[in-house]
Amino acid sequence: MAKKDIDIRFSKFGTISFTSTTKVNDFIDKLEAGKVSGTICKDCGAKYFPPRADCCKCFSSNMEWFDVSGKGKLLTYSKLEYAPIGFENDLPYCIAVVDFGEYKVFGRISGDIADSEITGGMELKAVVNKLPSGQINYVFEKA
Amino acid sequence: MRKVAIIGVGQSAFVRGYPGSIRELAFEGFREAMQDAKIATTDIDASVVCSSPEYDKQRSPAGVLAEYLGLTPQPTFYVETLCSSSSTGLKLAYSLVASGLHDVVAVVGFQKMSEITSAESQERMGRGADIQWESPFGTMMPAYYATYARGHFLKYGTTPDDLALIRVKAATYGQINEKAVYRKPVTFDMFSDPDNTMSGPVASPLRVGDCCANADGSSCLIVACEEKAKIFSKKPVWIKGIGAASTAVNLSGRDLFSGLSVGIEAGKQAYKMAGITPKHINVAEVHDCFTIAELMAYENLGFAKPGEGKELIRSKETYREGSIPVNVDGGLLSKGHPIGATGGSQVRTIVLQLRGEAGAMQVKEPVFGLVHNIGGVGLYGNVTILGRE
Ligand SMILES: [Zn+2]
Repeated sequence: MAKKDIDIRFSKFGTISFTSTTKVNDFIDKLEAGKVSGTICKDCGAKYFPPRADCCKCFSSNMEWFDVSGKGKLLTYSKLEYAPIGFENDLPYCIAVVDFGEYKVFGRISGDIADSEITGGMELKAVVNKLPSGQINYVFEKA
Repeated sequence: MRKVAIIGVGQSAFVRGYPGSIRELAFEGFREAMQDAKIATTDIDASVVCSSPEYDKQRSPAGVLAEYLGLTPQPTFYVETLCSSSSTGLKLAYSLVASGLHDVVAVVGFQKMSEITSAESQERMGRGADIQWESPFGTMMPAYYATYARGHFLKYGTTPDDLALIRVKAATYGQINEKAVYRKPVTFDMFSDPDNTMSGPVASPLRVGDCCANADGSSCLIVACEEKAKIFSKKPVWIKGIGAASTAVNLSGRDLFSGLSVGIEAGKQAYKMAGITPKHINVAEVHDCFTIAELMAYENLGFAKPGEGKELIRSKETYREGSIPVNVDGGLLSKGHPIGATGGSQVRTIVLQLRGEAGAMQVKEPVFGLVHNIGGVGLYGNVTILGRE
């Protein structure tokens, strides 16, 4: 019997992914199609970012995708001068939490935004970002 | 439930590169606690071993330590909640004793952070929180706490200078704590001197001086029921309140970025159980892995209103002579932060304070003391209130 292939799409997420497979592997396909996506529970309407395969409010696994769209507000951020192993070549970079109202998104602020332009409450959007290594993630750009 | 006391406390010196194995390191804190309690290993009914396993080469260290400490054939349990492992261990020991299952329990916390290379440690730092959704962006502990510092600055106008004042206070007491890894003086001016290490950027707005150091160390607490405490101890210190909480690991699942919700929640539980309010606390040990963590703790524990933590440090109210002395043993910033041993060391300081045995760090006749110990980036919160009566 042939060994069953394991779907390891999630290993493409970010500079280094520490997770290779998840029930929300389609997140990677969505990124490749230019969309940053979360999930909504079809049974109770709970909205999740990051996406989840299972709803802890009603215990359903009947989920569908939604796109992170529109403008969010920058809640907080930090610019790193040191990085964990494997991320040194990305330095310096800025991590951030952006509030989209019904959900928040954690990620990096685009290196195209100058430090002096980054302020609390500024409007940002989540944009798909392809890395030279072939990996893929998303960054926050000016909305 | 039965009343529960702490009848023995101990810790090793916190050092860089401990020249021995984890069992020998754990023995140091254990021996001090046993000599303090003046009991024999046969008086102990169970042990709780606490560490953060990503630093251990030894799989399942509880059994190995129980043997080396002479605590077989009694049962031993392993507990971890990252940096608050030994406070969680104390909560387990409290439960075992209060329930009547055991009479005397040893809580042994340890961490030999130098067990792994600094490259391995760096790699693990990147996996400190949500490995699926955050780590791929290149996160690490100082950067997470830095987002809280930024959140606090944005909301309340706190400044890097306020944080520097916290480090200066820590160093004031670190210099007189012979168990601390960092014992050099730190001045406010070092933070504005570009040539001084303290001012070096780590993750904005945090600088080198805002961060505690890794260390190797162990701690031990001997916990007993009322009947045994009165037989064994002249000065038992009582566990009056013990609270614990958790929250979303991913920052995107949180609502508060100017404080730690787990500290607030665990504190509420502990105050309620003890039947007291923040103004009754005479001395506190709070989790200052980064300066901002101490500032937030002032507010989250009710020593200051939200946003007013900076006033407490500016007016030196958290110094030994102030209205609410905090971390007058130097805190994690001076002592170092050997993950699994940290909570036990904080409890030890408060027990010594309540017994009037804290030496040069002693505050005036405290009745209630509080220990605030956080695991991860505000992932786990533990607050323990101790009292003389
Ligand atoms: Zn649901």
